[in-house]
Amino acid sequence: MRNVTLHLTPHPFFLIPEKMFLKLAWRNLWRNKRRTIISISSVLFAVLFASVISSFQKGTWDHMVDNVVRYYLGYAQIHQNGFWDDQSLENSFDPQSVPASLQSEMQLTPRLESFALASSGEVTRGVLVVGIDPEKEDEMTRLKSRLTQGQYLEMNGSTVLVAEGLASLLNLKVADTLILVSQGYQGRNAAGAYPIGGMVKFGAPDLNKQLVIMPLPLARDFYGTGERLTSLAVNLPGRDALPEALQVLNKELPADEFEVMDFKKLMPELIEAQELDTAGAKLILWTLYLLIGFGLFGTILMMTRERTYEFGVLTAIGTKRKTLIGMLWSETLMIGIVGAVLGILISIPIVWYLHVSPIELTGNMAKAYENYGIEPVIKTAFEMGIFLKQAWVISLISCGLAIYPTWYIWNLKPVKAMRE
Amino acid sequence: MSVIEAKNLTKVYNPDTVPVNALQGVDLTIEKGEFTAIVGPSGSGKTTLLNIIGGLDRPSDGVIRVDGEEIANLTDNQLIDFRQKKIGFVFQSYNLIPVLTVAENTEFVMLLQKRPKAERDKRVAELLESVGLSEKKNVRPSQLSGGQQQRVAVARALAPKPAFILADEPTANLDSASASNLLDIMEKLNREEGITFVFSTHDSRVIDRAKRVVTLVDGKIGTDVVQH
Ligand SMILES: Nc1ncnc2c1ncn2[C@@H]1O[C@H](COP(=O)(O)OP(=O)(O)O)[C@@H](O)[C@H]1O
Ligand SMILES: [Mg+2]
Repeated sequence: MRNVTLHLTPHPFFLIPEKMFLKLAWRNLWRNKRRTIISISSVLFAVLFASVISSFQKGTWDHMVDNVVRYYLGYAQIHQNGFWDDQSLENSFDPQSVPASLQSEMQLTPRLESFALASSGEVTRGVLVVGIDPEKEDEMTRLKSRLTQGQYLEMNGSTVLVAEGLASLLNLKVADTLILVSQGYQGRNAAGAYPIGGMVKFGAPDLNKQLVIMPLPLARDFYGTGERLTSLAVNLPGRDALPEALQVLNKELPADEFEVMDFKKLMPELIEAQELDTAGAKLILWTLYLLIGFGLFGTILMMTRERTYEFGVLTAIGTKRKTLIGMLWSETLMIGIVGAVLGILISIPIVWYLHVSPIELTGNMAKAYENYGIEPVIKTAFEMGIFLKQAWVISLISCGLAIYPTWYIWNLKPVKAMRE
Repeated sequence: MSVIEAKNLTKVYNPDTVPVNALQGVDLTIEKGEFTAIVGPSGSGKTTLLNIIGGLDRPSDGVIRVDGEEIANLTDNQLIDFRQKKIGFVFQSYNLIPVLTVAENTEFVMLLQKRPKAERDKRVAELLESVGLSEKKNVRPSQLSGGQQQRVAVARALAPKPAFILADEPTANLDSASASNLLDIMEKLNREEGITFVFSTHDSRVIDRAKRVVTLVDGKIGTDVVQH
């Protein structure tokens, strides 16, 4: 019955017409060079702008957070379970119960922290007394560099360091005696008189007004805690080392005895502030992408509608709808991808440059940074994730926009299309 | 078996608003190898008839069998496939894809059919030779005259060896020399390769060249004459 001339010759699988439609799509893009170049450029600039802004934002915040972390808290801390919520000496722990293997695997900085009343005779203030290992503490937080007067601590010494702000509130100088009164471990009375060995300066006002630092043995003696500690700060080279360290810590420390907290949990306010700020920037970027999206939509709309007759001919002679849809998707995605790739390629050296040679701050801004012990620079974060995210957003937008031609072709009737 | 068999074809446009009876009971049978002109004044229903025969549009009533198959039963997507496999189309103008070269336009339907490259190349060379456009094979349509473009359209329609070729006023936008040249080529292909041609026209010079002339008047068959 069937027409014998219509037997199709067997064909190898790689002869897919789709390949030809990619070629078609590419050529179609250049039918209106100006429009395509404008569309690609708009994507390029959006990606460039978004990459640079996001990198700056991430970089600035990371720089700030890293500085705060290194200042005192550390990237992670180990406490007795429940200490963070109730920071009392009753929640201190015996370092003997921390596995020795852990001590050798990472550097842990011991601390014994509690509150006390400090008096110089005339004035009395609430203070934070911290017992430390002077060597380890300096390795981790560069405490020695904050010394403005007198001598740094020694493990077996009997002098203490007082923050400058506190010293002036109490009217004390180096070599004066500081009197501390508190409640020690298990309700013991704690009282002592300590000669001031030196002054330290902290940028953060709350620390500067209340910190008293003494060698660990002296603090243990004062609070009557024996060998106990309130925290072990984990000394890590940077935030990149954190995930692995957390894994080790969580594995080796019994969860019913210890809490392991990373810097995000240790200073939720700062992280929240970063998130809020990031959300604000995101809103701006989304607005930008929305505008670009509308611009692209105009292009896609024209690109589709002005070829109605041609689509009519193509379907009339037997081009499947899905093939045409594939072609239009390719055209839409090509604009997005070419724009995004070019945008990323241009962003990379710019972001890299601003990462390795940060912008130095001047004036009040610089002072504010310096006060907090933060190097007064802003710099970009150089993270592939930031670039990839832009590519991802552009792909999503392109796919969203490609819905229009899909719908258009799906409803195309060749006769009607060719009457236009 | 007839290539085309139409029985009592009717087509009403806008049946619910302003009905237009474009076809009113057309019976038409076309056999293999015919060279037939559908003739009639503008608005007589030529395009409507060719569109229904070509599976581009559906009749309101009647039966249309193409190459033995009742195409009214096919879905839109099946119709696309059917057209690709069985019918070659030549439209009045703008037949070609502007971003493809003459050779690429010619092989287009064969490519849709996933024919091997060697076969496509051979067929394209052969067809461009017979429509006299071998030297233009790497040129884009915009660099061709209207007559040359129509010849490429004929070559493209012929390339996959369809059951027949439908051409709706293929010479309407051509000067008489080009029109005559196109007709020469169509005649030659009909004579030498036995290709079935059904074309519509209202140009008397073209009508003279047809072997069979079917006239349409207000959507009905008027005369049906075999010439020569
Ligand atoms: N899509 C349509 N909607 C309404 N009326 C139409 C449509 N297409 C054609 N017609 C009408 O149908 C009749 C036949 O048209 P057509 O088949 O195009 O004739 P021809 O090709 O011979 O000029 C004309 O009156 C025309 O106005
Ligand atoms: Mg017509």
